[in-house]
Amino acid sequence: MNLQIALLLGQDGLTNGAIYALLALALVLVFTVTRVIFIPQGEFVAYGALTLASLQVGAVPGTLWLLLGASILVCIAEIATAIRKRALRAIPRLLALYLAAPALLGLATWWLAPLKPPMPLQVLLTLALVVPLGPLLYRLAYQRLASASVLVLLIVSVAVHLVLSGLGLLFFGAEGSRTPAFSDQVLDIGTLRFSAQSLWVIGASGCLVAALGWFFGRTLYGKALRATAINRVGARLVGISTTLAGKLSFTLAALIGASSGVLIAPITTVYYDSGFLIGLKGFVAAIIGGLASYPIAAGGALLVGLLEAYSSFWASAFKEVIVFTLIIPVLLWRSLGKRQIEEEE
Amino acid sequence: MKGGWPSRPAWGAGLFALILVAGNWLPPFYVTLLDYIGLYTLVTLGLVLLTGVAGLTSFGQAAFVGLGAYTSAYLTTAYSVSPWITLVIGLGVTAIIALILGFLTLRLSGHYLPLGTIAWGMSLYFLFGNLDFLGGHTGITDIPALDFFGYEIRDNREFYWLIWVVAAAALVATRNILDSRPGRAIRALRAGVMAEACGVDVARYRIVVFLYAALLASLSGWLYAHLQRFVNPTPFSLGAGIEYLFMAVIGGASQVWGAVIGAAVITVLKQWLQDILPKLLGQSGNFEIIVFGVLIILMLQRARDGLWPVVERGLRPIIARVVPGATAKTVAGPAQALARRERPTAGAAVLEVRAASKNFGGLAAVNGLSFTVNGGEILGLIGPNGAGKSTMFDLISGVQPLDSGEILYRGRNIGAFSSHEIAKLGLARTFQHVKLISTMSALENAALGAHLRGSGGMARAALRLDRAEEAQLLAEAGQQLARAGLGAHATDAAGSLALGSQRLLEIARALAGDPAVLMLDEPAAGLRHMEKQALADLLRALRADGMSLLLVEHDMDFVMGLADRLVVMEFGERLAEGKPAEIRRNPAVLDAYLGGIE
Repeated sequence: MNLQIALLLGQDGLTNGAIYALLALALVLVFTVTRVIFIPQGEFVAYGALTLASLQVGAVPGTLWLLLGASILVCIAEIATAIRKRALRAIPRLLALYLAAPALLGLATWWLAPLKPPMPLQVLLTLALVVPLGPLLYRLAYQRLASASVLVLLIVSVAVHLVLSGLGLLFFGAEGSRTPAFSDQVLDIGTLRFSAQSLWVIGASGCLVAALGWFFGRTLYGKALRATAINRVGARLVGISTTLAGKLSFTLAALIGASSGVLIAPITTVYYDSGFLIGLKGFVAAIIGGLASYPIAAGGALLVGLLEAYSSFWASAFKEVIVFTLIIPVLLWRSLGKRQIEEEE
Repeated sequence: MKGGWPSRPAWGAGLFALILVAGNWLPPFYVTLLDYIGLYTLVTLGLVLLTGVAGLTSFGQAAFVGLGAYTSAYLTTAYSVSPWITLVIGLGVTAIIALILGFLTLRLSGHYLPLGTIAWGMSLYFLFGNLDFLGGHTGITDIPALDFFGYEIRDNREFYWLIWVVAAAALVATRNILDSRPGRAIRALRAGVMAEACGVDVARYRIVVFLYAALLASLSGWLYAHLQRFVNPTPFSLGAGIEYLFMAVIGGASQVWGAVIGAAVITVLKQWLQDILPKLLGQSGNFEIIVFGVLIILMLQRARDGLWPVVERGLRPIIARVVPGATAKTVAGPAQALARRERPTAGAAVLEVRAASKNFGGLAAVNGLSFTVNGGEILGLIGPNGAGKSTMFDLISGVQPLDSGEILYRGRNIGAFSSHEIAKLGLARTFQHVKLISTMSALENAALGAHLRGSGGMARAALRLDRAEEAQLLAEAGQQLARAGLGAHATDAAGSLALGSQRLLEIARALAGDPAVLMLDEPAAGLRHMEKQALADLLRALRADGMSLLLVEHDMDFVMGLADRLVVMEFGERLAEGKPAEIRRNPAVLDAYLGGIE
């Protein structure tokens, strides 16, 4: 391995690491707020990438059907709740939110998709189709189980992952897709050559992290989420509803996932089931951060990205095994740091 | 939970005979299906103990199944070793690997653990597929059939009997273990600190449970290899590991019968979906995985504790009618009393705390505190909220390590001892926030305190060779319950008791360990007047018996009337020490409690 290759791999590692960092952020967020270990995080990446790919060939993405179906189910569930609580006045709002809005989005997609709109519009449409799946999913799969044990929530997550990857195969087929790069430029610095797309990824990740930092530090909803993450019961006592916090964190997780998907779509070929491994690596990074600390999780993500890049060079067949096995010493080092016999909730 | 394990051997045996006989008439398709359900039940039983009861989530069980299957497959084909010998070798190999993996990953706490199991689960699967001598991804074929005293077990129907005899044996063994000394320790593992305080070596028991689950999986793998007569890596993948976890959770992860139900429901559901869905929806896409996932979610939304509790609720009235008295667990009858610890000399120093300090970040919770507890006395540790009393308890009982200073127990420095070692020396404690296993009966909770007074392990428990000792432990627990005034509540679930009674139950549990020093953290909180008097009488009787008591309490009347001496703490330091009457008049103490008069 010469320096050129080492640097190239390093660039690769950093690009992937940036994505894992984003996913790790989402996983930490969802876990601290809802105690859900969000295995389906990776599916949002795949859905984001593949939805964009569908739009680029001028097709109506299958994600739309999922969005409409899930909206209708949630609408029925919410209206049933409203009737049971005799809050009939809420019904028009529910209809507007869960039927009219998705229908409008559907019509817009139907009309825009064959016209092959410019790239920024495609990206926006992709996000509009994928991100609402987050809160819808929370409502359908998790809300009833908000107080269940971490184990039950984990199993539900695995089940949701199965459903979403099955649907992914149905919507997008077994072939992978790769979208054209946001820009084809390359940047030469000395002997180093950066592709513009990896700069895009790193830059956009940085912006997204900064935006999240602003959201959590400056906005009321962000602070409410932070409060829930630190103390769920306390947050509820001051009037932050568990459901709101759950939906909000799932919305952010979906936003992060879909954005990651859009960003990596031009770099790697994404298949309907690529999400699981990508998500798992984000999970590894999040675990390194102890599912609690954002900066350490981000650092862990870069480590995972680099580890993966270099091990794919040395022993590509063993790439995944190396990434997952080398994580054990890191975990051991982290959990040996403190002498403790923990309590389960 | 206790209600789920009544002893009704006759019914169990009858049902079992029926299942075995059914093998004669069932169509081959169902026999094969039941074969697999039996194999999965074995693995899931391990998970019930490991994940459901002990709270250690493992995605890696399929890898252990693979170890059992591949060891036997390789040795029987390459070296023509008898399958009965490879069974032993397979279990041995699994045990060694499980010990290494367990040692590495069980130290990972909480949510690190599932990821650790994913890591080695994937690695082992990868090894199966990439080692040339194991046949790579094509696997190993022509594995010999099992030979039973010259009779070959070849067909699925014959295997049906073998599998279900093994599965039933494992079921009974697991149920026996749960209802025994090691079983109580395993059920307490989730409440780590409390288990340690009762003398349970949590780290060791975690490994033991892990090993048990791995061996059951390996056994299932051995049966699988000789049933299928060929192995390849696919059934031992991470996906299969996830499926075993599905079975455990859907069935009801903390119940042995949940393993059977879970294995049956998941297996039948998948089979059924694979048959039905392509006819309904066509071949394109893989609908069964979608429907399967949706059904799992719906099932958990309706029954988050799994299906077995639902089934049991339905069955209970029927069982109660058919077998009268089947659901009531009786308190053990008379048994030989357990040996008692020698009491320290009255008046001699038993526990000495010397300049103990503990900081949390910048906060000095305990700061250079020294005091002595003598034999046969009650020492009260009082002080305003946040004075560091409970932290001092944690330091003495080994829950938290000391930053500096030393703690001597009968002259021996126990500062570096772990919690269960300290319990073994004869220091027992209760907790300010009650820590009980709410699903276990009061009697079993108290018996947990007597853990160190028994010695029966998993094997003896599984084979029910521990009954004499078990009767002794339960009798001791019953006596201590009666002493604490809870005799009438022995069979009640601990979680159903009033808070005051739960505190008394903690005292009974501590007493069951026959301690020389008893440390009570706010024992009178939540008690009514009469209960407080009864408690005071009990503590006086214990003192007269030669026990030393260290008491943290906010109820001044209670502690003043009871303690021989008092140590007053404020901001982690000793504010005053003396007899109750002196403390009552001490201006510094009055100042700390009532606020200064400017």
